[in-house]
Amino acid sequence: MTEPFTILRGKAVPLLRDNIDTDTISPGSAVPREGRGTTFSEHGSTSLADDLFGNWRYGPAGEPLPDFPLNQPRYQGASILLTGANFGCGSSRESAVWMLAAWGIRCVVAPSFAEIFAANCYANGLLPLPCSADTVSRLAAEAEGAAPGFVVDLARCELSISSGTTIAFPISAYRRRGLLAGLDDIELSLESRHEIASFVARERESRPWIYPYETSIRD
Amino acid sequence: MTGTLFDKIWDRHVVNDLGDGFSLLFVDRHMINDMAGRGLLTLNKRDLPLNHPELTFAAADHTVATLVPPEFRPGRDDNPYAVNLRENAERHGFRLFDVDDPDFGIIHVVAAEQGLALPGTTIACGDSHTCTLGAVGAIAWGLGQSDIVHILATQTSIQHKPATMRIWIDGALPAHATAKDLILTLIGRLGVAGCTGHAVEFAGPVIEAASMEERFTICNMAVELGARFGVIAPDDTTCAYLSGRPEAPAGSAWDLAVADWRSLVTDDGAIFAAEYRMDASDVRPQVTWGINPAQTVAIEDAVPGAGTGMDESALATYRAALAYSGLDAGTRMDGVPVDIVFIGSCNNARLGDLRDAAAVLRGRKVATGVTAWVSPGSERVRREAEAEGLDRLFIEAGFGWGRSGCSMCAGAGNQMREIGTPGQRIVSTTNRNFVGRQGPGTRTHLVSPPMAAAAALAGRIVDVRTWS
Repeated sequence: MTEPFTILRGKAVPLLRDNIDTDTISPGSAVPREGRGTTFSEHGSTSLADDLFGNWRYGPAGEPLPDFPLNQPRYQGASILLTGANFGCGSSRESAVWMLAAWGIRCVVAPSFAEIFAANCYANGLLPLPCSADTVSRLAAEAEGAAPGFVVDLARCELSISSGTTIAFPISAYRRRGLLAGLDDIELSLESRHEIASFVARERESRPWIYPYETSIRD
Repeated sequence: MTGTLFDKIWDRHVVNDLGDGFSLLFVDRHMINDMAGRGLLTLNKRDLPLNHPELTFAAADHTVATLVPPEFRPGRDDNPYAVNLRENAERHGFRLFDVDDPDFGIIHVVAAEQGLALPGTTIACGDSHTCTLGAVGAIAWGLGQSDIVHILATQTSIQHKPATMRIWIDGALPAHATAKDLILTLIGRLGVAGCTGHAVEFAGPVIEAASMEERFTICNMAVELGARFGVIAPDDTTCAYLSGRPEAPAGSAWDLAVADWRSLVTDDGAIFAAEYRMDASDVRPQVTWGINPAQTVAIEDAVPGAGTGMDESALATYRAALAYSGLDAGTRMDGVPVDIVFIGSCNNARLGDLRDAAAVLRGRKVATGVTAWVSPGSERVRREAEAEGLDRLFIEAGFGWGRSGCSMCAGAGNQMREIGTPGQRIVSTTNRNFVGRQGPGTRTHLVSPPMAAAAALAGRIVDVRTWS
């Protein structure tokens, strides 16, 4: 069960680079800083928000780099990330999403997303919002300047900013429904346990070599 | 009804159509690694049973210590990640290839060599390089922790059916150009998002002629094209590879299986959403210069300049790559100095890879100042290599001969300790050169095993075809 995503109001932080991989979002061997453990274990960590973009955000001694957007006072509290194409490529590590969420991000706006990352977003109630590179650049320019308020309305599939721009965005009906309701996929799929059991029984008949092992189906 | 290979396997595994392109897919083999701790924790916290323990297989490949001589490998109980998998294997009854199991190894290598990955099956694992196993003619994909919990609890996965794409490779690879050079060349041409949203079928004369090991290397990097799935039609090469494997069907079951596998081909006239053709005859040994696998050039070429038409984000990425790699546009890759050489990973550490690398050594020594290691893809590969004396060739040349695991590939080996130090340049037979991947501040150059061996001897990146 995730928190339902209906309307998100907040600030946006720009990080305009293409192909930001999940190693970069969630460093495997985060820059060692006193009192902070690695997050790669995905066992959970109290420093999820601190290690986000760790290799870009801190200098060699662990000092925050003032030029990095997430370190700048004006972007603190932002809930929307504006970024480049193919965001979240590479490793399947879901800690990339957990770290973004821990920092406060609920919506990532980019021209495109890597598929595993996008699936991990939906699973955690985050919205990957696709729009053209030109639009992202324009939104980023606004965020850097007047720091307008952003509103993401999932019911209307619209992103609007207080300076007046409104953009419609596409999302699959299936994913939209899940986000709006904060659905638990596992509970839903367990309702199909009888279909799953019949599938196994049928397949064991037609392709027994795939399932040579003793089955221990549990309801 | 004509169909593609991918569509045929997918359609067989649909338990429920969820609408809008989503399906509830049955998972024939769920492979879990030591990064799945959170998923297992969630399952246990919710008090959900493991739905099909007999279809679940595990190995603690990421965090095990590898850069140690095999005779000094650590005991099985000093690694909390491995302990976590062991406790869950006992609790839920799934098969664990434990750290001291003779069949332990990188889970994608183990799944193949044990015969767990079979044509026509669905295979999921919480690791993006699961696409490796598509090389046997399976639908194999990586996913995150939430999806792992879903599979543990239901043996199914909610997946959106991707569009299909065929990459047809004509010609023949020239001497000294490997499967690694082929896939890096492809990624360089198509980009790291070139196949996003697609399941890629690799086909054509070069694929038909390729060994299974080469096919694994190619499918392994489908995800570096943005594709979650890479697939190759099963053929005689596949059957010869699988025959006699511990978990592969035998006897009458084998005959039934092979008869079915013969139908797992893309039909003539089947429509792909996208097609790409290339000729392998001009593939040259590759080396990456930047911070993603598409930033690759042929060894005799130089770091490229900024492309025309790069938008703001692309230009920022290009500049970040130059700054991070410490190279300038126009720098020739041949001659760039090297600190560490690593031969390992699910991409390039099978027996043939080790043979290819060892052949380059030919009694010579690793250059002064270079640290070089081999971590075989599995303990089985290690034993097979030792049986033919490859370990001696590496050790006499000055390489460390380690044990199997993900090791330096993801910077997680020995519980995140097997990493380089900031500024070090690592020539690596792995699949990712991302920022900090092999340790904070390290610079990774992806190459084939022969190119890695040559770099170790020379102490700099060199052209394996001409260097002596």
